[in-house]
Amino acid sequence: MKFSDETEARLQRLMASCPPGNKRSALVPMLLFIQDEVGAITPEVIQEVCSRLEVSPLEVEEVVSYYSMLRRKPAGRYHLQICTNISCMLVGGAELFEHACRKLGIGHQGVTEDGLFSLEEVECIGACCWGPALQVNYDYYHNVTPEAFDRLIEQLRRNHSGRSEP
Amino acid sequence: MLHPEPHPAEVLVLTRRFRLPNSASIETYLATQGYEAFRKALTMAPEDIIEEVKKSNLRGRGGAGFPTGLKWSFVPRQSPKPKYIVANADEGEPGTCKDRLLMQYDPHALLEGMLIAARAVGASAGYIYIRGEYRYLIEILDRAIEEARQHGFLGRNILGSGMDFEIYTHSGAGSYECGEETALLESLEGKRGVPRLRPPFPATSGAFGCPTVLNNVETFCAVPPIILHGGLAFANLGTPKNGGTRLFAISGHVNRPGVYELPMGFNLLRMIHEVAGGVRGGRKLKAVIPGGSSCPVLRAEECDLPMDFDSVARAGSMLGSGGVIVMDETTCMVRAAARILRFYAHESCGFCTPCREGTRWLSQILSRFHRGEGRREDIDLIAEIARNMLGRTFCPLGDAAAMPALSYVQKFREEFEAHLEGKPCPYEEVAVHA
Repeated sequence: MKFSDETEARLQRLMASCPPGNKRSALVPMLLFIQDEVGAITPEVIQEVCSRLEVSPLEVEEVVSYYSMLRRKPAGRYHLQICTNISCMLVGGAELFEHACRKLGIGHQGVTEDGLFSLEEVECIGACCWGPALQVNYDYYHNVTPEAFDRLIEQLRRNHSGRSEP
Repeated sequence: MLHPEPHPAEVLVLTRRFRLPNSASIETYLATQGYEAFRKALTMAPEDIIEEVKKSNLRGRGGAGFPTGLKWSFVPRQSPKPKYIVANADEGEPGTCKDRLLMQYDPHALLEGMLIAARAVGASAGYIYIRGEYRYLIEILDRAIEEARQHGFLGRNILGSGMDFEIYTHSGAGSYECGEETALLESLEGKRGVPRLRPPFPATSGAFGCPTVLNNVETFCAVPPIILHGGLAFANLGTPKNGGTRLFAISGHVNRPGVYELPMGFNLLRMIHEVAGGVRGGRKLKAVIPGGSSCPVLRAEECDLPMDFDSVARAGSMLGSGGVIVMDETTCMVRAAARILRFYAHESCGFCTPCREGTRWLSQILSRFHRGEGRREDIDLIAEIARNMLGRTFCPLGDAAAMPALSYVQKFREEFEAHLEGKPCPYEEVAVHA
């Protein structure tokens, strides 16, 4: 598979960080970095990783099925991950998640029809003092009220339509 | 994420650079005694470095509170194998968000702490194992590593000392279990995060089967001030056997949630009422989880206690990762327990039966309770399941689930009874956005 220069450079750095004879060590971050570009862990990705790291498809499958950020199907362009764990729950995280479900018309791990948004109820993301918190892809948003959530969705929609115009 | 001004009760040691402009840059770091501790360590005998860390009474900030100097002393220096330094940046314990700030605002402190550890045990490479969600921190850390290399603090023959050392970031991909040190090592080696049998401990057989020093980010960040100002100075900031300061993440129902650096042994009630600005809306304090969601809950009347490892243990809970979760009188304790156990059921790696089954049973029974479908005998069943898990699981995750479960039914039995016989949750109306 061919990746962007940036991703390829990252993969090269990663492989260089493994001790001699321990290529497999790169497996977990490699899958995540590739997923960031490709969108999902496809059979093609698995094959690619196998040949780069000299591991078996089974060894990759084991890892893919274990880590919650690795997925077989692509998420939306904007993957919204809302924390409902205890600290966020105490300040309205669960209600925010329900609000998001209604607003987007999808549930946990759902993707909107236009592929723009996907939603996931996640466990603690390390934003406990600034809840309710969510991540859009890797970006953090803190102290998110339902109103702030609606504004965020509109903003992301505008960003997207702005980007796709010629 | 930071309050513009620190609270007057704070003692800024690890967080002293947080509010400086460009605090993460090596220029700021070098202008504020950065890498001076490492330069000093290069002039010290390795065993003297370890001795200084022992004197500081620094204990592991990840949660277990094991004395850091002692941990380092277990590494067999004479071993012919390469030795590794691993920073646990997998911050995943619910209620904990302090390492994130340390890496965002002062990444060089982590690198310097790892360098000093490397000098002490003769390590040749270090890995920062960081949770996948913290991607922006990987960028910050990679930049810091590059800066350190350009300034000659990493690479070959560092500062002409003959010491070679490299540091790499290594991303996880979503797993609480990988915060457990041996599961982390499995993940670092490219496998599922299933814990290893201990002994052997990582000090003798860790990363890639080699001697390894594995500490939490905050633990490493405490090392430069210890070497620079002496172990005793650090020890004296805290209480006996609990040296230094600690970053407490105070979350939940308080007016000023945030991460505060306070001396070990700081009173928990003062922490809530003074530092964090008191309980929101002038409501009454009901309960506090003192050190992340795996710690037994404390009732309000148990909270007048010094926050150090030993005092909190005497009160029947744990200081853990320093994540102080505050709950006011509108909190449904059955709901809180159900949410916490749902988390542990989700995160159990499934390797050992008591944890895999126990966490799921507890989660199901507690959720059923909160839906109003609980049975009277379930209260004792929760306690029985929890007791049967304690000490019987392969790694501490089972205890991390069983301990809180037991504490909620023991300390708030009346709330479980209030949910019986199909009665709606008495807090449902008030709890939302309280």
